[in-house]
Amino acid sequence: MSLQFFADGVIAGAMIALGASGVTLTYSILRFANFAQGEFVSWGGYFALSLAGWIGSLAASAIEPLEPLSVGWSVLLALLVAMPLTGLLAWLLDVALFARLRRRGAAIALVMASFGASMALRALLEVVYSTRPAYFSRELQIAVPVGHGIRVTPDQIALLVTTAVLVAGLHLMLAYTRTGRSMRAVSESPELARVIGIDVARIIRITWFVGGGLACAAGVLLGLVVQLRPAMGFDLLLPMFAAAILGGIGSVPGALAGGLIIGIAEALAVQFVGAEWRAGVAFAVLVLVLLIRPTGLAGRMAG
Amino acid sequence: MTDFAGVLSYVSFFMVFALINGIAVLGLNLQWGQTGLFNVGVAAFVAIGAYTSALLTTPAVAGHFGGYELPIVAGWAGAMLVAGGVSALVGFATLRLRSDYLAITTFGVAVTVGLITQNAERLTGGSFGMSFIPRPFADLAQRPLAFALASVALVGIVVALVYLALERLVQSPWGRVLRAIREDERAAASLGKNPARYRLQAFAIGGAVMGLSGAVHAHVIGFIAPENYQSSLTFQVWTMLIVGGAGSNRGALAGAVLVWALWSMTGFATGVAFPADEQARAAALRIVAIGVLLAAVIVLRPRGLFGAASGPAAHAPKAAVPTVSGETEG
Repeated sequence: MSLQFFADGVIAGAMIALGASGVTLTYSILRFANFAQGEFVSWGGYFALSLAGWIGSLAASAIEPLEPLSVGWSVLLALLVAMPLTGLLAWLLDVALFARLRRRGAAIALVMASFGASMALRALLEVVYSTRPAYFSRELQIAVPVGHGIRVTPDQIALLVTTAVLVAGLHLMLAYTRTGRSMRAVSESPELARVIGIDVARIIRITWFVGGGLACAAGVLLGLVVQLRPAMGFDLLLPMFAAAILGGIGSVPGALAGGLIIGIAEALAVQFVGAEWRAGVAFAVLVLVLLIRPTGLAGRMAG
Repeated sequence: MTDFAGVLSYVSFFMVFALINGIAVLGLNLQWGQTGLFNVGVAAFVAIGAYTSALLTTPAVAGHFGGYELPIVAGWAGAMLVAGGVSALVGFATLRLRSDYLAITTFGVAVTVGLITQNAERLTGGSFGMSFIPRPFADLAQRPLAFALASVALVGIVVALVYLALERLVQSPWGRVLRAIREDERAAASLGKNPARYRLQAFAIGGAVMGLSGAVHAHVIGFIAPENYQSSLTFQVWTMLIVGGAGSNRGALAGAVLVWALWSMTGFATGVAFPADEQARAAALRIVAIGVLLAAVIVLRPRGLFGAASGPAAHAPKAAVPTVSGETEG
């Protein structure tokens, strides 16, 4: 039997992991399940699409594919601009909606507000871009053999490398930088963090920018190897939540492991049960984790 | 005369669908308004009710599960039983955990039920859905006005029964314990009340009421398909409850009628203002508008139009998830 399905699972899992690392970060610091996180993935992808189109119209050479990738440097530049732009969107949503509810101390109303925001943001994308799928490139890529009967495209390798760099970067930032330590302090206890002189409002702002940026990267990579659709982030939401909870809320390595496990489990389901049931895998994993070990693999922040 | 009859049957059908939504809103009010439980899978429980009742009452089809041709009332009872049972299972798995895990799990239920309605063809008919669901006044179908009036009378009676039952429940000692748990869980527990059990019961009953809403809808229409039960339905039911005022059954019904009126009017307006090939876009625009309405009500008027003075927006389960309160203003 070919191990191709395993490789497909790792690639899908990397995208879930990237989104889940943003979920686990905002969840542990803002302390609510943000249903709009999936919309940041979609908006990030479409921000990059529009920016890449605009850059391409300014400089035609920008859309020449950078061999062996299927896209030119217009998309790479667009990604770098779209990440802070998506962070800005996340932060603006916080200012307009979540911060007001947080001040009122209505924790679960935050979840509901994020659910409403998620519906509105997704519908807005449908208004602007329609529900038709969009692509960064029409180039066809040849999958190259990498051994054991596995073939991957250069875009997929780029996805794996980008995910590894971003997740490792997030982990190192949380572990070793001053801002990262402050973020962890706020996730442990906002009150104590403020007592020791941490600017909590600044940490929250940074959290939204980092979480939004990671979501944007996930959206662009998803658009690169699959396609862009307004519902793509919403469809990724359950796997992202399941991966973050499986890894243990607040743990970036946990989110990475959780994403890969869910991606591989989905690939197994496609192989042995049927592709149409793929989306149910994340739910099955979620229920198992909640029944057996609700604190997740790392089990640091939950409780 | 015919104009008047046309308007009357239009208004009747408007009320039929507003009130069927209202049943689901009443169920959500028990879960969220009375108990503070966050259910993001309303559409799934409505769907479970609709499909259960359809399976129990439709004539048998070869290669298909169900088809028992039971009376409609048996279908409705079965719908409540199955939707309530699934709610109890979901509650059992998540209610002992932090409150937003319930939200995530119910979201997962919605995704999974969506998959089943879409793919389990022998059970649900797949994307074709199920038809030949018996309609209570099928023999009146030739006389639209009589059919509309009979339908609105039937749905009105069902809503009245659900409303009275829930009001009684809320006023009963059971309802008082529920409120006590919502206000101060530890104090209630110290009086020997097991909060987890009461929450589970409220969640299961609320789910059963949502199932009834789906079953009634299925029999009024006579045909069901997966696209009836998308996340936009959940969103609609939530908006109805928040606009009407969480915690009040009267508010729940008022919110259902009001938001359904807004929904129908915006549908009429976009139908006139947009050309046929732009209708998908126009439908999305309506959802944006309703989403903004929901967010505005949550922020500006958290108790809704008729909300109880101590609605869940004011209480929120404090013990489970402390909020970020160290944030500085501005």
